[in-house]
Amino acid sequence: MRSKKIWAIILYVVLLGISLATGFKPGIQTGKNLVNFASQMMMVLPFAFILIGLFEVWVPRQTIEKHLGIGSGIKGHLWAVILSAPMVGGLYVAFPMAYTLYKKGAGLGVIFTFLGASSLCRIPMLIFEASFLGVPFSLARLAVSLPLVIGSSAVLGRILQKKGYQPKMDL
Amino acid sequence: MKTLYILTGACLLVSLIANPAKTLQALKIAGKRFLKLLGEFALLLILVSLALTLLPPQSILGYLEGPGKLLGTLIAAAVGSLTYIPGFIAYPLAGILHQQGIPYIVLASFVTTLMMVGVVTFPMEQRILGTRVALVRNILYFLLALLTSLAIGLIFGELP
Repeated sequence: MRSKKIWAIILYVVLLGISLATGFKPGIQTGKNLVNFASQMMMVLPFAFILIGLFEVWVPRQTIEKHLGIGSGIKGHLWAVILSAPMVGGLYVAFPMAYTLYKKGAGLGVIFTFLGASSLCRIPMLIFEASFLGVPFSLARLAVSLPLVIGSSAVLGRILQKKGYQPKMDL
Repeated sequence: MKTLYILTGACLLVSLIANPAKTLQALKIAGKRFLKLLGEFALLLILVSLALTLLPPQSILGYLEGPGKLLGTLIAAAVGSLTYIPGFIAYPLAGILHQQGIPYIVLASFVTTLMMVGVVTFPMEQRILGTRVALVRNILYFLLALLTSLAIGLIFGELP
């Protein structure tokens, strides 16, 4: 799997090089997109990872186990929603953070709620959404999607827990 | 963005004063995590750059304008899942689409899948959750996004 990914990256770089050499417009556009998005991402990632690192050394395992652990019930899910609210970036920051939470003893269902909530109710996104689509739209969307996400995350978490599933723990 | 820098700086400073050894450990964890996910971040960049070429934000109105509400909702869900548009572009775009007469049900489908379902973040998700669970999560949240859109359509009186 790893080597497949490396080959994909090499292929992309080669095609990008050919596009630049031959002046292939969509290829050049793709290169521009890459530079744009990479610079945006680098403005967020180092800081997000430092915060994740600090979270990992300072927040005790017992705290996470108690409030977000397997027996934490609906409260654990609500904590996951609260934790997701100040998240920055997108899913690409939420996944490393979810990994840290799991390592600290959060339940699987709570992890899935966290992933869903960090795409649904991050405050920076909500402000944008409400200002361009209206407060009623944002409220309605939250009121419908949040219970759906919590419910199905709890079910999915329980099924996976029964099957003895574990995320990869090699980061 | 400034808030993030100030917050990180403040946390780092407080942590450094409280316990320099722990702070160093936190920075080590941050660096290690980032390096281990470097390949996945590279793939994310590649997929985003390709998605933005194949489905540029300006082209999205064209896909959502023609078909009716229900087919439009499905197309919006597909487009939202496949591409990646950062929030500060996506929501202004959704605002413009709304002014062009695209109904809320279609917009809800577009923004929810855009945020919850990720083809571009799939390599990273796969690295952490494993292929099968990553697939299940994406399919499940895709269906949730569709359900949410239907409810939005009902709430705003767009569905009979």
